[in-house]
Amino acid sequence: MTTFTPSSSAEALSTVQWAAAEETPLEILGHGSKRGIGRPLQTEHTLDLSKLAGVTLYEPAELVLSAKGGTPLAEIERLLAENGQQFAFEPMDYGPLLGGEPGRGTIGGALAANLSGPRRLKAGAARDHILGVAAVSGRGEAFKSGGRVVKNVTGYDLSKLMANSWGTLAVLTDVTFKVLPAAETEVTLAIRGLLDEAAVVAMALALGSSAEVSSAAHLPERIAARVAGGKHGSDAATLLRVEGFGPSVVYRVEALKQLLGKAGPLEEIAGEASKAIWRDIRDCRPFADGGTRPVWRVSMTPSAAHHMVMALRMQAAVDAFYDWQGGLAWLSMREDDPEAQLLRGLIRKHGGGHATLVRASAPHRAALPVFEPQPPHLAALSARLKAEFDPKNIFNPGRMAPGAGSATLVQSTEGAAS
Amino acid sequence: MSGLAMPKPDAETLRRRAEIAADMRIIVPGEGVVDAANEMRAFESDGLTAYRQLPLVVVLPETVAQVSRVLKYCNERNIRVVPRGSGTSLSGGALPLEDAVLLVMSRFNRILAIDYPNRTVVAQPGVTNLGITTAVEQEGFYYAPDPSSQIACSIGGNVAENSGGVHCLKYGLTANNVLGIEMVLMNGEVVRLGGSHLDQEGYDLLGVMTGSEGLLGVVTEVTVRILKKPETARALLIGFPTSELGGQCVADIIGAGIIPGGMEMMDRPAIHAAEDFVQVGYPLDVEALLIVELDGPSVEVDHLIGLVEAIAYRNGSTTCRISQSEQERLSFWAGRKAAFPAVGRISPDYFCMDGTIPRKELPRVLAGMRDLSEKYGLGVANVFHAGDGNLHPLILYDANVPGELDKAESFGADILRLCVQVGGVLTGEHGVGVEKRDLMPEMFNQIDLDQQMRVKCAFDPNHLLNPGKVFPQLRRCAELGRMHVHRGQVAFPDIPRF
Repeated sequence: MTTFTPSSSAEALSTVQWAAAEETPLEILGHGSKRGIGRPLQTEHTLDLSKLAGVTLYEPAELVLSAKGGTPLAEIERLLAENGQQFAFEPMDYGPLLGGEPGRGTIGGALAANLSGPRRLKAGAARDHILGVAAVSGRGEAFKSGGRVVKNVTGYDLSKLMANSWGTLAVLTDVTFKVLPAAETEVTLAIRGLLDEAAVVAMALALGSSAEVSSAAHLPERIAARVAGGKHGSDAATLLRVEGFGPSVVYRVEALKQLLGKAGPLEEIAGEASKAIWRDIRDCRPFADGGTRPVWRVSMTPSAAHHMVMALRMQAAVDAFYDWQGGLAWLSMREDDPEAQLLRGLIRKHGGGHATLVRASAPHRAALPVFEPQPPHLAALSARLKAEFDPKNIFNPGRMAPGAGSATLVQSTEGAAS
Repeated sequence: MSGLAMPKPDAETLRRRAEIAADMRIIVPGEGVVDAANEMRAFESDGLTAYRQLPLVVVLPETVAQVSRVLKYCNERNIRVVPRGSGTSLSGGALPLEDAVLLVMSRFNRILAIDYPNRTVVAQPGVTNLGITTAVEQEGFYYAPDPSSQIACSIGGNVAENSGGVHCLKYGLTANNVLGIEMVLMNGEVVRLGGSHLDQEGYDLLGVMTGSEGLLGVVTEVTVRILKKPETARALLIGFPTSELGGQCVADIIGAGIIPGGMEMMDRPAIHAAEDFVQVGYPLDVEALLIVELDGPSVEVDHLIGLVEAIAYRNGSTTCRISQSEQERLSFWAGRKAAFPAVGRISPDYFCMDGTIPRKELPRVLAGMRDLSEKYGLGVANVFHAGDGNLHPLILYDANVPGELDKAESFGADILRLCVQVGGVLTGEHGVGVEKRDLMPEMFNQIDLDQQMRVKCAFDPNHLLNPGKVFPQLRRCAELGRMHVHRGQVAFPDIPRF
């Protein structure tokens, strides 16, 4: 068991070349803050990128930042905040949910997991903000894609392909992101006491207005008490975030009040209190209970997810709350069984989407597909793509899907689980 | 065609042309197959009219099953296929090949679903970009990416090219506004990527499909996000005595945390050409003209107009007009939108380039262009998307003067090299196509290009879909797949290990 900790991209390249020659798999790691997501790995060696760190370029006026893959996300976000800027995609912190400490995670990991947050609705995810990457493929070749400018269609967008690849395609040595001005003001309008169905209607109305709502979440009764230290009480809260310049925020919140005044009692939550709520929603704090009971991240058509949850409740005990206008459902199972087949079947029945088992015990993660299984043609295409980047299957083998070269690993993992 | 090498036509395919056309008629009955030379003439080029080529046969399928059968048929017989939407590509992405079926998607022209609560539209790929907005505008919605060809260009083509437009600084490119697609692979398999939910599962194939220039698959359905129209929009028309001051003004606007709905700049030759053409009152005594459009609630727009006006003043603007009516706002844009035809009036021919640069390099690049203009003895006018550094130099030449086309192409190539030198890229929104294909090595080394081609191999291992585009030299997938490893050699034996 060897851990390699390169401090330059040349060293990272050399390590991968060695592993490729030896055909020995590597676990690719930043801070390990999301290590508990995916099928458990059984690699002999680890490539730890946490020493490959540092911001290499930051030009606020150009809205661009480059950093080495292992740079702490928290460090970058501090630097951006000092300049009145931010990653608009609002990367979530999986630490609290997975029982780790908050504030960990690297910029490379943010891209590899395609992180996003409540602003996903308006601003997209990491994939929408990545401009360029330098990476090492499983062939032991250092390649680059994209650039440092916002508008670029030169060649295939391999940078986007790194998003949500969970370290299975390439080792990210350098990444370049678009950054944006942070909003001057933010106000959250809360409608209290709505049931899921009414909340979804209210959120769709708000998003369909010209109030430019940047986030819309629904915390059902009792779940609401699990954000911001419980200071907003336990009544259901349907939350609409409005961000921008002061006068505009005031005007747009007023417009929303006119639009939704009849929906239920309204509250305005401003500034830091508003930020605290969205941080907790972003990080799935309501289910960050230090336990290991299964938590699902479900992405569906916004108006459909709560219907699926209602159907699921007929057969399993589950807590749920919604972000992204209802399109992102976080589910916490009250029993130990993730109910994967049941859940995925219901998702298909309610218009499709996908579910990721983001928290579960290692045996469950070994036995069940953590990531949504794909239809045969698509799965085959993904496998061919993986083989083009990593023909010897040395990067995080089997983490996303049991690949060709990982059959033995999958077997031994399952053996360990039983 | 000045020295552009396309893949050598396959003699066997050419010989079997009649048989292939007949088989295509079986797959796509009725009016869906065109093989008479005079009728195929309409398809011989796209928006890059310097290049022309008659295809083997033109096929216009109507159903996904037909697309699938055509591709499977061609894949099994090693016949090349060039997909085409509306044919508005400015980089030759839809340029036919002599031995390739031209697969024209224009009959896929229906909007399949509009979902206002979820703000999505599902459209067939042949629906025009503007057609989507037209379908939803009565409810106050629109589709944000607005390439200047939006009246004609198709949404499928937008996906293939990752099209932008003046609004993409604030609202993103096609890649940021498409939620899902259905596509057919070269082997005939139909796959769906994403849907009406956010975030597709697995690898971001949607991301890599967007902007893949028709080399990876044929899009048969597109789901896009629509947005509520901003309540109001107003624009400022600001003149500067130097392009440096204009550039600094752009930087300061962004530095103040303002992301305008649109921010466009024109240089002196472009200003004069546009004003001569449309007479909208552009100032003629300035070196750079900036149009800044702010959109949103009127209280926000008024607030930001004040801020931008002050920033412009601090940067030495010599004129600053603020639109007081919708009519006036549109008049500010009229000159910019007419810039290409306006330049077409002052020069028999022009080439539109499309590099992107870090904005701060603008003065250096403009100065470099002036030097090149002198060197080649050809004029150049500049319009550019100032917010995101996307330049559109228009190189003026006369194709009837022997040698001028070659000179114009060399001039353009030098401009793009300059863009790459200062940290920019070859193409911001028009695509590589055939036009910039041979310049790819300016930006990418062989390893970079090989990895891109390997992605191609995962989708189309026989290089049958739109070959001759994007990549300067096609390498066989078997060759690309080989691994070159040197066992036991570790260049850094002292990497910390625990």
